[in-house]
Amino acid sequence: MTKLNELTITAARDALRAKDFTAVELSDACIKATNDAKALNAIVRLDEDRARLDAKNADALLAKGDAPNLCGIPLAIKDIYCVKGQQTQAASHILDGFIPPYESTVTSKLWEQGAVMMGTANMDEFAMGSSNETSCYGAAINPWKNDDRDLTPGGSSGGSAAAVAAHLALGATATDTGGSIRQPAAFTGTVGIKPTYGRCSRYGIIAFASSLDQAGPINKSVQDAAIMLEAMCGHDAKDSTSSPRAVPNFEADLGASLKGKKIGIPREYRVDGMPAEIDAIWEKGADMLRDLGAEIVDISLPMTKHALAAYYVIAPAEASSNLARYDGVRFGKRAELGAGDGINEMYSKTRAAGFGAEVKRRIMIGTYVLSAGFYDAYYTRAQKIRTQIKADFENVYAQGVDAILTPTTPSPAFGIGDMKDADPVMMYLNDVFTVTVNMAGLPGISIPAGLSSNGLPLGLQLIGQPFEETSLLSIAHGLESQIQFNSKLNQWWT
Amino acid sequence: MAIDENTVKRVANLARISIEDTDVAPLARELSGVLGMIDQLAEVDVEGVEPMTSVTPMNSPLRKDVINDGEKQDDVLSNAPLSREGFFAVPKVVE
Repeated sequence: MTKLNELTITAARDALRAKDFTAVELSDACIKATNDAKALNAIVRLDEDRARLDAKNADALLAKGDAPNLCGIPLAIKDIYCVKGQQTQAASHILDGFIPPYESTVTSKLWEQGAVMMGTANMDEFAMGSSNETSCYGAAINPWKNDDRDLTPGGSSGGSAAAVAAHLALGATATDTGGSIRQPAAFTGTVGIKPTYGRCSRYGIIAFASSLDQAGPINKSVQDAAIMLEAMCGHDAKDSTSSPRAVPNFEADLGASLKGKKIGIPREYRVDGMPAEIDAIWEKGADMLRDLGAEIVDISLPMTKHALAAYYVIAPAEASSNLARYDGVRFGKRAELGAGDGINEMYSKTRAAGFGAEVKRRIMIGTYVLSAGFYDAYYTRAQKIRTQIKADFENVYAQGVDAILTPTTPSPAFGIGDMKDADPVMMYLNDVFTVTVNMAGLPGISIPAGLSSNGLPLGLQLIGQPFEETSLLSIAHGLESQIQFNSKLNQWWT
Repeated sequence: MAIDENTVKRVANLARISIEDTDVAPLARELSGVLGMIDQLAEVDVEGVEPMTSVTPMNSPLRKDVINDGEKQDDVLSNAPLSREGFFAVPKVVE
Protein backbone atom coordinates (compact mmCIF):
# COMPACT_ATOMS: atom_id res chain seq x y z
CA MET A 1 0.00 0.00 0.00
CA THR A 2 1.15 3.55 -0.75
CA LYS A 3 2.38 5.34 2.35
CA LEU A 4 0.00 8.10 3.41
CA ASN A 5 2.52 10.90 2.82
CA GLU A 6 3.04 9.63 -0.74
CA LEU A 7 -0.60 10.21 -1.71
CA THR A 8 -1.70 13.02 -4.00
CA ILE A 9 -4.02 15.70 -2.64
CA THR A 10 -6.74 14.30 -4.91
CA ALA A 11 -6.44 10.79 -3.46
CA ALA A 12 -6.08 11.98 0.13
CA ARG A 13 -9.11 14.29 -0.18
CA ASP A 14 -11.31 11.39 -1.25
CA ALA A 15 -9.88 8.98 1.33
CA LEU A 16 -10.27 11.49 4.19
CA ARG A 17 -13.90 12.05 3.20
CA ALA A 18 -14.43 8.27 3.05
CA LYS A 19 -12.86 7.98 6.54
CA ASP A 20 -10.20 5.53 5.25
CA PHE A 21 -7.76 7.25 7.63
CA THR A 22 -7.71 10.44 9.70
CA ALA A 23 -6.05 13.78 9.10
CA VAL A 24 -3.99 13.16 12.25
CA GLU A 25 -2.64 9.89 10.77
CA LEU A 26 -1.86 11.66 7.51
CA SER A 27 -0.04 14.55 9.18
CA ASP A 28 1.88 12.13 11.43
CA ALA A 29 3.13 10.34 8.29
CA CYS A 30 4.34 13.69 6.91
CA ILE A 31 5.93 14.69 10.23
CA LYS A 32 7.86 11.41 10.27
CA ALA A 33 8.95 11.83 6.65
CA THR A 34 10.09 15.39 7.39
CA ASN A 35 12.05 14.35 10.47
CA ASP A 36 13.71 11.60 8.41
CA ALA A 37 14.66 14.05 5.64
CA LYS A 38 16.86 16.54 7.49
CA ALA A 39 19.53 15.91 4.84
CA LEU A 40 17.35 17.64 2.24
CA ASN A 41 17.07 20.87 4.26
CA ALA A 42 13.75 21.42 2.47
CA ILE A 43 11.64 22.13 5.56
CA VAL A 44 13.54 24.52 7.81
CA ARG A 45 11.03 24.73 10.66
CA LEU A 46 8.29 22.31 11.68
CA ASP A 47 5.98 23.10 14.57
CA GLU A 48 4.69 19.59 15.29
CA ASP A 49 2.17 20.81 17.88
CA ARG A 50 0.68 23.23 15.38
CA ALA A 51 0.50 20.52 12.70
CA ARG A 52 -1.23 18.05 15.05
CA LEU A 53 -3.67 20.71 16.26
CA ASP A 54 -4.54 21.69 12.67
CA ALA A 55 -5.05 18.00 11.84
CA LYS A 56 -7.28 17.43 14.89
CA ASN A 57 -9.41 20.40 13.92
CA ALA A 58 -9.59 19.08 10.35
CA ASP A 59 -10.78 15.69 11.61
CA ALA A 60 -13.56 17.44 13.52
CA LEU A 61 -14.59 19.29 10.36
CA LEU A 62 -14.41 16.08 8.30
CA ALA A 63 -16.60 14.27 10.83
CA LYS A 64 -19.37 16.79 10.17
CA GLY A 65 -19.29 15.96 6.44
CA ASP A 66 -19.10 18.37 3.48
CA ALA A 67 -15.52 19.40 4.30
CA PRO A 68 -13.65 21.68 1.83
CA ASN A 69 -11.15 20.21 -0.67
CA LEU A 70 -8.03 20.89 1.39
CA CYS A 71 -9.44 19.86 4.76
CA GLY A 72 -6.78 17.79 6.53
CA ILE A 73 -4.21 18.15 3.71
CA PRO A 74 -0.65 18.80 5.02
CA LEU A 75 1.00 21.68 3.14
CA ALA A 76 4.50 23.16 3.37
CA ILE A 77 4.54 26.97 3.35
CA LYS A 78 7.35 28.89 1.66
CA ASP A 79 9.18 31.13 4.16
CA ILE A 80 7.86 34.21 2.31
CA TYR A 81 4.20 33.88 3.40
CA CYS A 82 3.47 35.59 6.71
CA VAL A 83 1.88 33.02 9.01
CA LYS A 84 0.59 34.62 12.18
CA GLY A 85 2.70 33.67 15.18
CA GLN A 86 5.14 31.53 13.11
CA GLN A 87 8.62 32.87 12.42
CA THR A 88 8.78 34.07 8.78
CA GLN A 89 11.91 35.62 7.28
CA ALA A 90 12.21 35.03 3.51
CA ALA A 91 15.43 33.10 4.21
CA SER A 92 17.19 36.35 5.14
CA HIS A 93 19.16 37.20 8.26
CA ILE A 94 17.78 40.72 8.08
CA LEU A 95 14.44 39.32 9.28
CA ASP A 96 15.93 37.10 12.00
CA GLY A 97 13.34 36.60 14.69
CA PHE A 98 10.43 38.18 12.79
CA ILE A 99 7.09 36.84 14.05
CA PRO A 100 4.25 38.16 11.86
CA PRO A 101 1.36 39.57 13.88
CA TYR A 102 -0.88 38.99 10.85
CA GLU A 103 -1.65 36.30 8.27
CA SER A 104 -1.14 36.44 4.49
CA THR A 105 -4.41 36.30 2.55
CA VAL A 106 -3.38 33.16 0.65
CA THR A 107 -2.48 31.16 3.76
CA SER A 108 -5.62 32.36 5.56
CA LYS A 109 -7.63 30.89 2.66
CA LEU A 110 -5.79 27.57 3.07
CA TRP A 111 -6.39 27.44 6.82
CA GLU A 112 -10.08 28.34 6.29
CA GLN A 113 -10.33 25.17 4.19
CA GLY A 114 -8.81 23.16 7.04
CA ALA A 115 -5.34 22.63 5.53
CA VAL A 116 -2.57 21.55 7.91
CA MET A 117 0.59 23.69 8.35
CA MET A 118 3.38 21.18 7.63
CA GLY A 119 6.37 23.41 8.20
CA THR A 120 8.24 26.29 6.59
CA ALA A 121 9.89 25.65 3.23
CA ASN A 122 13.43 26.75 2.41
CA MET A 123 13.97 29.26 -0.43
CA ASP A 124 16.49 31.66 -1.91
CA GLU A 125 16.89 34.84 0.15
CA PHE A 126 14.01 37.19 -0.73
CA ALA A 127 13.27 34.78 -3.62
CA MET A 128 16.39 36.01 -5.44
CA GLY A 129 18.10 32.99 -6.91
CA SER A 130 17.66 29.92 -9.09
CA SER A 131 19.33 27.29 -6.92
CA ASN A 132 18.24 27.89 -3.28
CA GLU A 133 21.91 28.54 -2.48
CA THR A 134 21.36 32.17 -1.38
CA SER A 135 19.25 31.01 1.61
CA CYS A 136 20.30 31.96 5.15
CA TYR A 137 19.49 28.35 6.10
CA GLY A 138 21.91 26.91 3.54
CA ALA A 139 20.90 25.23 0.30
CA ALA A 140 17.97 22.86 0.02
CA ILE A 141 18.98 19.60 -1.68
CA ASN A 142 17.21 18.00 -4.62
CA PRO A 143 15.80 14.54 -3.71
CA TRP A 144 16.85 13.51 -7.25
CA LYS A 145 20.49 12.58 -7.78
CA ASN A 146 22.37 10.46 -10.28
CA ASP A 147 25.73 10.05 -8.57
CA ASP A 148 27.19 11.01 -5.20
CA ARG A 149 26.90 14.76 -5.84
CA ASP A 150 24.15 16.84 -4.22
CA LEU A 151 22.04 18.66 -6.82
CA THR A 152 20.05 21.87 -6.52
CA PRO A 153 16.25 21.63 -6.45
CA GLY A 154 16.24 24.99 -8.28
CA GLY A 155 14.97 28.24 -6.90
CA SER A 156 13.72 30.30 -5.54
CA SER A 157 11.03 27.87 -4.32
CA GLY A 158 13.56 25.03 -3.96
CA GLY A 159 12.43 23.95 -0.50
CA SER A 160 8.79 23.79 -1.62
CA ALA A 161 9.67 21.69 -4.67
CA ALA A 162 12.02 19.35 -2.75
CA ALA A 163 9.42 18.88 0.02
CA VAL A 164 6.73 17.85 -2.47
CA ALA A 165 9.04 15.61 -4.54
CA ALA A 166 10.24 13.86 -1.37
CA HIS A 167 6.67 13.50 -0.03
CA LEU A 168 7.27 15.57 3.11
CA ALA A 169 4.01 17.41 2.42
CA LEU A 170 1.23 16.72 -0.07
CA GLY A 171 1.63 20.16 -1.64
CA ALA A 172 3.44 23.43 -1.00
CA THR A 173 2.93 27.12 -1.53
CA ALA A 174 5.51 28.93 -3.64
CA THR A 175 5.96 32.27 -5.41
CA ASP A 176 7.15 33.12 -8.91
CA THR A 177 8.71 36.43 -9.99
CA GLY A 178 10.76 35.20 -12.96
CA GLY A 179 10.36 31.41 -12.85
CA SER A 180 10.65 30.60 -9.14
CA ILE A 181 7.75 28.11 -9.18
CA ARG A 182 8.24 26.56 -12.62
CA GLN A 183 12.04 26.08 -12.65
CA PRO A 184 12.18 24.18 -9.31
CA ALA A 185 9.15 22.11 -10.41
CA ALA A 186 11.06 21.16 -13.58
CA PHE A 187 14.21 20.24 -11.58
CA THR A 188 12.30 17.99 -9.15
CA GLY A 189 9.75 16.22 -11.37
CA THR A 190 6.82 18.11 -9.85
CA VAL A 191 4.02 20.33 -11.20
CA GLY A 192 4.27 24.09 -10.64
CA ILE A 193 1.76 26.70 -11.76
CA LYS A 194 1.99 30.48 -11.69
CA PRO A 195 -1.46 31.97 -12.26
CA THR A 196 -2.32 35.19 -14.10
CA TYR A 197 -1.01 38.32 -12.35
CA GLY A 198 -3.76 39.45 -9.96
CA ARG A 199 -5.30 36.01 -9.35
CA CYS A 200 -3.68 35.55 -5.92
CA SER A 201 -3.52 38.32 -3.36
CA ARG A 202 0.01 39.47 -2.54
CA TYR A 203 -1.08 40.70 0.91
CA GLY A 204 1.23 39.25 3.55
CA ILE A 205 3.70 37.81 1.03
CA ILE A 206 7.11 39.40 1.54
CA ALA A 207 7.62 41.51 -1.58
CA PHE A 208 10.44 41.08 -4.13
CA ALA A 209 9.22 42.79 -7.36
CA SER A 210 5.58 43.71 -6.89
CA SER A 211 4.58 43.98 -10.57
CA LEU A 212 5.94 40.48 -11.26
CA ASP A 213 5.36 38.53 -8.01
CA GLN A 214 2.60 35.91 -8.02
CA ALA A 215 1.75 33.13 -5.62
CA GLY A 216 1.08 29.59 -6.78
CA PRO A 217 1.41 25.96 -5.65
CA ILE A 218 3.88 23.13 -6.29
CA ASN A 219 2.18 19.74 -6.49
CA LYS A 220 2.43 16.08 -7.46
CA SER A 221 -0.13 16.21 -10.28
CA VAL A 222 -2.03 18.66 -12.47
CA GLN A 223 -5.30 17.83 -10.71
CA ASP A 224 -3.66 18.58 -7.34
CA ALA A 225 -2.47 21.90 -8.79
CA ALA A 226 -6.01 22.74 -9.91
CA ILE A 227 -7.42 21.99 -6.45
CA MET A 228 -4.77 23.90 -4.52
CA LEU A 229 -4.55 26.89 -6.88
CA GLU A 230 -8.31 27.37 -6.77
CA ALA A 231 -8.12 27.57 -2.98
CA MET A 232 -5.34 30.19 -3.15
CA CYS A 233 -7.02 32.53 -5.68
CA GLY A 234 -9.62 35.24 -5.21
CA HIS A 235 -10.14 38.97 -4.91
CA ASP A 236 -8.73 40.75 -1.87
CA ALA A 237 -9.34 44.41 -1.04
CA LYS A 238 -5.96 44.45 0.77
CA ASP A 239 -4.07 44.08 -2.55
CA SER A 240 -4.97 46.83 -5.03
CA THR A 241 -3.70 44.72 -7.95
CA SER A 242 -5.86 41.77 -6.98
CA SER A 243 -8.34 40.91 -9.75
CA PRO A 244 -12.07 41.18 -8.99
CA ARG A 245 -12.81 38.37 -11.49
CA ALA A 246 -14.63 35.36 -10.10
CA VAL A 247 -12.49 32.23 -9.66
CA PRO A 248 -13.94 29.39 -11.73
CA ASN A 249 -13.74 25.68 -10.88
CA PHE A 250 -10.22 24.87 -12.10
CA GLU A 251 -10.99 21.12 -12.11
CA ALA A 252 -13.92 21.65 -14.50
CA ASP A 253 -12.18 20.80 -17.78
CA LEU A 254 -9.66 18.20 -16.60
CA GLY A 255 -10.02 15.23 -18.92
CA ALA A 256 -11.83 17.22 -21.63
CA SER A 257 -10.85 16.58 -25.24
CA LEU A 258 -8.10 18.79 -26.66
CA LYS A 259 -9.61 18.48 -30.14
CA GLY A 260 -9.56 21.88 -31.81
CA LYS A 261 -7.14 23.44 -29.33
CA LYS A 262 -4.38 25.41 -31.02
CA ILE A 263 -0.93 25.13 -29.44
CA GLY A 264 1.82 27.54 -30.47
CA ILE A 265 5.51 26.61 -30.70
CA PRO A 266 7.58 29.82 -30.49
CA ARG A 267 10.61 29.62 -32.76
CA GLU A 268 12.56 32.15 -30.65
CA TYR A 269 12.76 29.67 -27.75
CA ARG A 270 15.16 27.49 -29.74
CA VAL A 271 18.20 29.17 -28.19
CA ASP A 272 21.84 28.71 -29.14
CA GLY A 273 23.61 26.01 -27.21
CA MET A 274 20.42 24.35 -25.99
CA PRO A 275 21.07 20.64 -25.35
CA ALA A 276 19.63 18.33 -28.02
CA GLU A 277 17.68 16.37 -25.41
CA ILE A 278 15.74 19.50 -24.38
CA ASP A 279 14.82 20.05 -28.01
CA ALA A 280 13.84 16.39 -28.34
CA ILE A 281 11.57 16.40 -25.29
CA TRP A 282 9.93 19.60 -26.54
CA GLU A 283 9.22 18.01 -29.91
CA LYS A 284 7.86 14.88 -28.22
CA GLY A 285 5.50 17.05 -26.15
CA ALA A 286 4.22 18.71 -29.33
CA ASP A 287 3.68 15.30 -30.96
CA MET A 288 1.71 14.12 -27.93
CA LEU A 289 -0.54 17.16 -28.03
CA ARG A 290 -1.09 16.51 -31.75
CA ASP A 291 -2.03 12.90 -30.94
CA LEU A 292 -4.61 14.28 -28.50
CA GLY A 293 -6.25 16.22 -31.33
CA ALA A 294 -4.63 19.62 -30.83
CA GLU A 295 -3.39 21.64 -33.77
CA ILE A 296 0.31 22.56 -33.51
CA VAL A 297 1.31 25.87 -35.10
CA ASP A 298 4.61 27.70 -35.39
CA ILE A 299 4.46 31.14 -33.82
CA SER A 300 6.82 34.05 -33.36
CA LEU A 301 7.46 36.04 -30.17
CA PRO A 302 10.16 38.37 -31.51
CA MET A 303 10.85 40.26 -28.26
CA THR A 304 11.82 37.05 -26.41
CA LYS A 305 15.56 37.72 -26.78
CA HIS A 306 15.27 40.99 -24.83
CA ALA A 307 13.04 39.71 -22.02
CA LEU A 308 15.80 38.62 -19.65
CA ALA A 309 17.62 41.95 -19.95
CA ALA A 310 14.42 43.94 -19.38
CA TYR A 311 13.59 41.70 -16.41
CA TYR A 312 17.00 42.39 -14.86
CA VAL A 313 16.21 46.12 -14.95
CA ILE A 314 12.62 45.97 -13.69
CA ALA A 315 12.94 43.29 -11.01
CA PRO A 316 16.03 44.78 -9.27
CA ALA A 317 14.51 48.29 -9.56
CA GLU A 318 11.36 47.18 -7.76
CA ALA A 319 13.39 45.13 -5.29
CA SER A 320 15.60 48.08 -4.40
CA SER A 321 12.58 50.12 -3.38
CA ASN A 322 10.68 47.23 -1.72
CA LEU A 323 13.71 46.24 0.34
CA ALA A 324 14.32 49.80 1.51
CA ARG A 325 11.99 48.96 4.41
CA TYR A 326 14.65 46.74 6.01
CA ASP A 327 16.39 49.47 7.94
CA GLY A 328 16.66 48.08 11.46
CA VAL A 329 13.83 50.22 12.82
CA ARG A 330 10.54 48.33 12.70
CA PHE A 331 11.43 44.64 12.39
CA GLY A 332 14.28 42.20 12.09
CA LYS A 333 17.77 42.44 13.42
CA ARG A 334 19.63 45.73 14.00
CA ALA A 335 23.41 45.59 13.66
CA GLU A 336 25.68 46.30 16.64
CA LEU A 337 26.53 49.98 16.56
CA GLY A 338 29.71 51.74 17.61
CA ALA A 339 29.99 54.75 19.88
CA GLY A 340 28.83 57.86 18.06
CA ASP A 341 27.11 55.97 15.24
CA GLY A 342 24.11 57.90 13.96
CA ILE A 343 21.06 56.79 12.04
CA ASN A 344 22.84 56.47 8.68
CA GLU A 345 25.45 54.13 10.16
CA MET A 346 22.60 52.14 11.69
CA TYR A 347 20.95 51.73 8.28
CA SER A 348 24.17 50.90 6.41
CA LYS A 349 25.57 48.49 8.99
CA THR A 350 22.23 46.73 9.49
CA ARG A 351 21.75 46.24 5.76
CA ALA A 352 25.37 45.16 5.23
CA ALA A 353 25.09 42.53 7.97
CA GLY A 354 21.56 41.37 7.20
CA PHE A 355 21.48 40.97 3.41
CA GLY A 356 23.39 38.26 1.55
CA ALA A 357 25.63 38.89 -1.47
CA GLU A 358 23.04 38.26 -4.21
CA VAL A 359 20.42 40.47 -2.54
CA LYS A 360 22.96 43.29 -2.15
CA ARG A 361 23.93 42.91 -5.79
CA ARG A 362 20.32 43.22 -6.96
CA ILE A 363 19.57 46.16 -4.67
CA MET A 364 22.63 47.93 -6.07
CA ILE A 365 21.65 47.22 -9.69
CA GLY A 366 18.17 48.52 -8.93
CA THR A 367 19.52 51.61 -7.22
CA TYR A 368 21.81 52.26 -10.17
CA VAL A 369 19.17 51.93 -12.90
CA LEU A 370 16.79 54.18 -10.97
CA SER A 371 19.40 56.82 -10.14
CA ALA A 372 19.34 60.33 -11.57
CA GLY A 373 20.46 60.42 -15.20
CA PHE A 374 19.94 56.69 -15.84
CA TYR A 375 16.23 56.27 -15.12
CA ASP A 376 15.00 56.85 -18.68
CA ALA A 377 17.81 54.93 -20.36
CA TYR A 378 17.19 51.84 -18.26
CA TYR A 379 13.91 51.79 -16.36
CA THR A 380 11.58 53.65 -18.77
CA ARG A 381 13.10 51.80 -21.72
CA ALA A 382 12.65 48.42 -20.00
CA GLN A 383 8.99 49.24 -19.30
CA LYS A 384 8.50 50.07 -22.98
CA ILE A 385 10.05 46.74 -23.92
CA ARG A 386 7.75 45.09 -21.40
CA THR A 387 4.80 46.58 -23.31
CA GLN A 388 6.24 45.05 -26.50
CA ILE A 389 6.74 41.64 -24.87
CA LYS A 390 3.10 41.60 -23.79
CA ALA A 391 2.01 42.72 -27.27
CA ASP A 392 3.84 39.70 -28.79
CA PHE A 393 1.65 37.35 -26.73
CA GLU A 394 -1.51 39.35 -27.47
CA ASN A 395 -0.84 39.06 -31.20
CA VAL A 396 -0.42 35.31 -30.97
CA TYR A 397 -3.52 34.83 -28.83
CA ALA A 398 -5.52 37.05 -31.22
CA GLN A 399 -4.69 34.50 -33.94
CA GLY A 400 -6.61 31.87 -31.97
CA VAL A 401 -3.72 30.20 -30.15
CA ASP A 402 -4.97 28.67 -26.87
CA ALA A 403 -1.62 27.93 -25.25
CA ILE A 404 2.10 27.95 -25.97
CA LEU A 405 4.44 24.98 -25.41
CA THR A 406 8.12 25.53 -24.47
CA PRO A 407 10.79 23.80 -22.39
CA THR A 408 10.77 25.07 -18.79
CA THR A 409 14.54 25.29 -18.39
CA PRO A 410 17.56 25.06 -20.71
CA SER A 411 19.07 22.20 -18.62
CA PRO A 412 18.29 19.65 -15.90
CA ALA A 413 19.28 20.28 -12.26
CA PHE A 414 22.93 21.22 -11.73
CA GLY A 415 25.21 20.51 -8.78
CA ILE A 416 25.27 22.50 -5.55
CA GLY A 417 28.23 24.87 -5.85
CA ASP A 418 28.59 24.46 -9.63
CA MET A 419 27.84 28.14 -10.23
CA LYS A 420 29.88 29.43 -7.30
CA ASP A 421 32.57 31.05 -9.38
CA ALA A 422 30.45 31.76 -12.44
CA ASP A 423 29.40 35.21 -13.57
CA PRO A 424 25.97 36.04 -11.97
CA VAL A 425 24.56 36.31 -15.50
CA MET A 426 25.13 32.53 -15.98
CA MET A 427 22.71 31.85 -13.12
CA TYR A 428 20.20 34.34 -14.54
CA LEU A 429 20.07 32.32 -17.80
CA ASN A 430 18.07 29.66 -15.92
CA ASP A 431 15.09 32.00 -16.25
CA VAL A 432 15.36 32.51 -20.00
CA PHE A 433 12.17 30.54 -20.83
CA THR A 434 10.14 31.63 -17.81
CA VAL A 435 10.61 35.40 -17.33
CA THR A 436 8.57 36.39 -20.39
CA VAL A 437 5.50 34.93 -18.70
CA ASN A 438 5.94 37.19 -15.65
CA MET A 439 6.69 40.19 -17.84
CA ALA A 440 3.37 39.64 -19.66
CA GLY A 441 1.44 38.70 -16.48
CA LEU A 442 0.30 35.38 -17.99
CA PRO A 443 -0.43 32.00 -16.38
CA GLY A 444 2.26 29.35 -16.89
CA ILE A 445 2.62 25.76 -15.73
CA SER A 446 5.55 23.33 -15.71
CA ILE A 447 4.90 19.60 -15.80
CA PRO A 448 7.40 16.72 -15.68
CA ALA A 449 8.19 15.62 -19.22
CA GLY A 450 10.62 12.77 -18.71
CA LEU A 451 14.20 12.14 -17.69
CA SER A 452 17.39 13.51 -19.20
CA SER A 453 20.06 11.15 -20.53
CA ASN A 454 21.69 11.28 -17.09
CA GLY A 455 18.46 10.35 -15.32
CA LEU A 456 17.21 13.73 -14.04
CA PRO A 457 13.74 15.24 -14.51
CA LEU A 458 13.03 17.72 -17.30
CA GLY A 459 9.99 19.98 -17.50
CA LEU A 460 7.75 21.31 -20.24
CA GLN A 461 6.04 24.66 -19.83
CA LEU A 462 2.59 25.59 -21.11
CA ILE A 463 1.70 29.30 -21.21
CA GLY A 464 -1.98 30.25 -21.26
CA GLN A 465 -4.18 33.22 -22.05
CA PRO A 466 -4.77 35.68 -19.21
CA PHE A 467 -7.32 34.37 -16.68
CA GLU A 468 -7.77 31.13 -18.68
CA GLU A 469 -6.23 28.84 -16.05
CA THR A 470 -9.07 26.32 -16.49
CA SER A 471 -8.16 25.80 -20.14
CA LEU A 472 -4.41 25.80 -19.37
CA LEU A 473 -4.87 23.13 -16.69
CA SER A 474 -7.01 21.08 -19.07
CA ILE A 475 -4.26 21.09 -21.73
CA ALA A 476 -1.58 20.34 -19.10
CA HIS A 477 -3.68 17.46 -17.78
CA GLY A 478 -4.00 16.01 -21.28
CA LEU A 479 -0.25 16.22 -21.83
CA GLU A 480 0.43 14.77 -18.37
CA SER A 481 -1.73 11.73 -19.11
CA GLN A 482 0.18 11.12 -22.37
CA ILE A 483 3.62 11.55 -20.78
CA GLN A 484 2.85 9.17 -17.90
CA PHE A 485 5.80 10.41 -15.84
CA ASN A 486 6.11 7.77 -13.16
CA SER A 487 9.83 7.63 -12.50
CA LYS A 488 10.35 6.90 -8.85
CA LEU A 489 12.92 8.46 -6.58
CA ASN A 490 15.46 6.41 -4.75
CA GLN A 491 14.98 7.62 -1.15
CA TRP A 492 18.70 7.98 -0.44
CA TRP A 493 18.19 10.48 2.38
CA THR A 494 16.42 8.23 4.91
CA MET B 1 28.36 50.34 -19.49
CA ALA B 2 31.16 49.36 -17.13
CA ILE B 3 30.75 50.40 -13.52
CA ASP B 4 33.88 51.85 -11.94
CA GLU B 5 34.87 51.68 -8.29
CA ASN B 6 33.68 55.19 -7.49
CA THR B 7 30.26 54.38 -8.90
CA VAL B 8 30.10 51.25 -6.73
CA LYS B 9 30.80 53.37 -3.65
CA ARG B 10 28.23 55.98 -4.68
CA VAL B 11 25.51 53.37 -5.35
CA ALA B 12 26.27 51.51 -2.11
CA ASN B 13 25.85 54.77 -0.24
CA LEU B 14 22.56 55.53 -2.01
CA ALA B 15 21.35 52.02 -1.12
CA ARG B 16 22.56 52.43 2.48
CA ILE B 17 24.71 49.30 2.40
CA SER B 18 28.16 49.70 3.91
CA ILE B 19 30.84 47.84 1.96
CA GLU B 20 34.40 46.89 2.79
CA ASP B 21 37.18 48.32 0.61
CA THR B 22 38.09 44.78 -0.45
CA ASP B 23 34.56 44.26 -1.82
CA VAL B 24 34.63 47.25 -4.14
CA ALA B 25 36.63 45.75 -7.01
CA PRO B 26 34.70 42.43 -7.14
CA LEU B 27 31.39 44.29 -6.97
CA ALA B 28 32.46 46.58 -9.80
CA ARG B 29 33.24 43.51 -11.91
CA GLU B 30 29.96 41.69 -11.08
CA LEU B 31 27.75 44.73 -11.57
CA SER B 32 29.50 45.55 -14.85
CA GLY B 33 28.74 42.00 -16.02
CA VAL B 34 25.04 42.40 -15.29
CA LEU B 35 24.98 45.87 -16.83
CA GLY B 36 26.70 44.43 -19.90
CA MET B 37 23.78 42.03 -20.33
CA ILE B 38 21.25 44.81 -19.77
CA ASP B 39 22.92 47.15 -22.28
CA GLN B 40 21.49 45.13 -25.21
CA LEU B 41 18.22 46.99 -24.52
CA ALA B 42 19.75 50.06 -26.16
CA GLU B 43 19.41 48.32 -29.57
CA VAL B 44 15.64 47.90 -29.33
CA ASP B 45 13.45 50.29 -31.29
CA VAL B 46 10.97 51.65 -28.74
CA GLU B 47 9.80 54.60 -30.81
CA GLY B 48 6.18 55.44 -30.01
CA VAL B 49 5.80 52.63 -27.41
CA GLU B 50 4.15 53.49 -24.09
CA PRO B 51 5.97 52.26 -21.00
CA MET B 52 3.94 49.64 -19.13
CA THR B 53 2.25 50.84 -15.96
CA SER B 54 -0.05 47.87 -15.29
CA VAL B 55 0.32 44.36 -16.68
CA THR B 56 -3.40 43.61 -16.46
CA PRO B 57 -5.81 46.27 -17.67
CA MET B 58 -7.50 47.57 -14.53
CA ASN B 59 -8.29 50.85 -12.84
CA SER B 60 -6.95 51.65 -9.42
CA PRO B 61 -9.71 50.63 -7.05
CA LEU B 62 -11.07 53.21 -4.62
CA ARG B 63 -12.56 52.60 -1.23
CA LYS B 64 -14.44 54.86 1.16
CA ASP B 65 -12.10 57.19 3.05
CA VAL B 66 -12.91 55.81 6.49
CA ILE B 67 -10.83 54.32 9.28
CA ASN B 68 -10.93 50.53 8.86
CA ASP B 69 -8.00 49.39 10.96
CA GLY B 70 -5.98 50.56 13.94
CA GLU B 71 -5.55 50.32 17.71
CA LYS B 72 -2.68 47.89 17.15
CA GLN B 73 0.25 49.63 18.82
CA ASP B 74 1.43 46.44 20.51
CA ASP B 75 1.30 44.49 17.23
CA VAL B 76 3.13 47.26 15.38
CA LEU B 77 5.91 47.40 17.96
CA SER B 78 6.11 43.66 18.61
CA ASN B 79 8.98 43.12 16.14
CA ALA B 80 10.91 46.34 16.74
CA PRO B 81 14.59 45.84 17.63
CA LEU B 82 14.21 48.71 20.10
CA SER B 83 11.15 50.59 21.31
CA ARG B 84 10.50 52.97 24.16
CA GLU B 85 7.26 54.35 25.58
CA GLY B 86 5.25 53.27 22.57
CA PHE B 87 7.71 54.55 19.96
CA PHE B 88 10.37 53.01 17.73
CA ALA B 89 13.74 53.99 19.18
CA VAL B 90 16.64 54.94 16.87
CA PRO B 91 20.05 56.59 17.29
CA LYS B 92 20.18 60.36 17.31
CA VAL B 93 19.05 61.81 13.94
CA VAL B 94 19.75 65.53 14.40
CA GLU B 95 22.73 66.91 16.28
